[in-house]
Amino acid sequence: MNGVHDMGGMDGMGPIVHEKDEPVFHAEWEGRVYALTRLVRAGAGRWNIDAGRFEIERLPPAEYLRMTYYERWAARLAVQIVKMGLVTQAEVDSATPAAGSGRATPQLTAAMVPAMVARRSSTKRDVRVRATFKPGQRVRARNIHPTGHTRLPRYARGKLGTVAADRGVFVFPDTNAEFLGEKPQHLYSVRFTARELWGERASPRDSVYLDLWDDYLERV
Amino acid sequence: MGNDKKGPVGRRGFLKDAAATAAAFVAEPAAAHGHTHHDHGHDHQHQAVPSDVALRVKALESLLVEKGVVDRAALDAVVDSYETKIGPRNGARVVARAWVDAAYKKRLLADPTAAIAELGYSGGQGEDMVVLENSPKIHNLVVCTLCSCYPWPVLGLPPVWYKSAPYRSRAVIDPRGVLREFGLDLPEDVEVRVWDSTAEVRYLVLPERPAGTDRLSEEALAALVTRDSMIGVTKVSPPQPGDRA
Repeated sequence: MNGVHDMGGMDGMGPIVHEKDEPVFHAEWEGRVYALTRLVRAGAGRWNIDAGRFEIERLPPAEYLRMTYYERWAARLAVQIVKMGLVTQAEVDSATPAAGSGRATPQLTAAMVPAMVARRSSTKRDVRVRATFKPGQRVRARNIHPTGHTRLPRYARGKLGTVAADRGVFVFPDTNAEFLGEKPQHLYSVRFTARELWGERASPRDSVYLDLWDDYLERV
Repeated sequence: MGNDKKGPVGRRGFLKDAAATAAAFVAEPAAAHGHTHHDHGHDHQHQAVPSDVALRVKALESLLVEKGVVDRAALDAVVDSYETKIGPRNGARVVARAWVDAAYKKRLLADPTAAIAELGYSGGQGEDMVVLENSPKIHNLVVCTLCSCYPWPVLGLPPVWYKSAPYRSRAVIDPRGVLREFGLDLPEDVEVRVWDSTAEVRYLVLPERPAGTDRLSEEALAALVTRDSMIGVTKVSPPQPGDRA
């Protein structure tokens, strides 16, 4: 979707504020919302990383810009746990378990956390899929504007680039975000010259690399 | 939202969809800061934390604990992992090893995920790593314009500026201006390569080893390597007089 989250190339967002000796979490609730989101993800229920990103992208744009990072996570958590079927909306509304709803046994104990945080859960898939493009080949990022989740930023659409590397076969976010299947396909590192993306404003030496799936690209 | 503001958390109305939930999390006046400011003289992007987001999160936690979805001690363990174990010191050890061990550096560039795992670092948001080597002629810079993708196992959780609109919007269109804001003014003959983390590949910059560090131990070298240098917004500075070598 052409959302405000897709902000590469926008002006007017202000200076970059670098905080010296920044803590990992600025308040206790930030750590709690992070940990809740991780544990809920690691347990049962239908969810994936692309669905999680799509949920945040659908926050109203003015709210998205006004909220802090973990406020967005908190807003998502309240929606996510209902969509995953872990609690009902009525339980979220009342912040209490429904009478007689029973108590599950948590799937992850503290002792299991070190293994959980160290576990790889790659979205790379060991399946044979034909690669449409080869390193060195000129390609164009398609001029497409999906209304769902996509990882093709607006600033690259319609632009010419060169395949720098084939990263292998990965889950396709556009379908995965809405549980329409993984549609695994080749992912490429594509180099765009800064001049192709930004015109005369950019240095002639510079470039931007994006990781783009087969379905985002077309032959030149 | 108006009249139940001071009511007990248990009766607080949680709203039904993302839009309404978003409003619920921000619509109230910013009565309190959610954190301590160490570095003032500017407007923080995250300044206006509503006073009750902490209460709302607490209510969600209580509900999920009471339902048996999550275990409170496990939550503590996740927070502790990222506050004390998984952070940029991990990446600094990877960089220092690559500086002192040519064979390791070769493996790190050829198969980064495996080479990083050799030092014991792996996990979520680091499944498929790529290492970008800076040189006197090429400077690499990492961003995620669409969200906040960042290599957790080697750098921990990202700082606020990395996730903020100013960095995400400008890193791709004005990388040299961004680097100047971080105090790095690159000559025109250096090529700047910006890496937008649009997929699940995660990037770690291998900064240049500073001059005058030939006699430093691997451990002393690791102490020089900063988080920002591994994102690519700064270089690693040589040891300053007075630093413990």
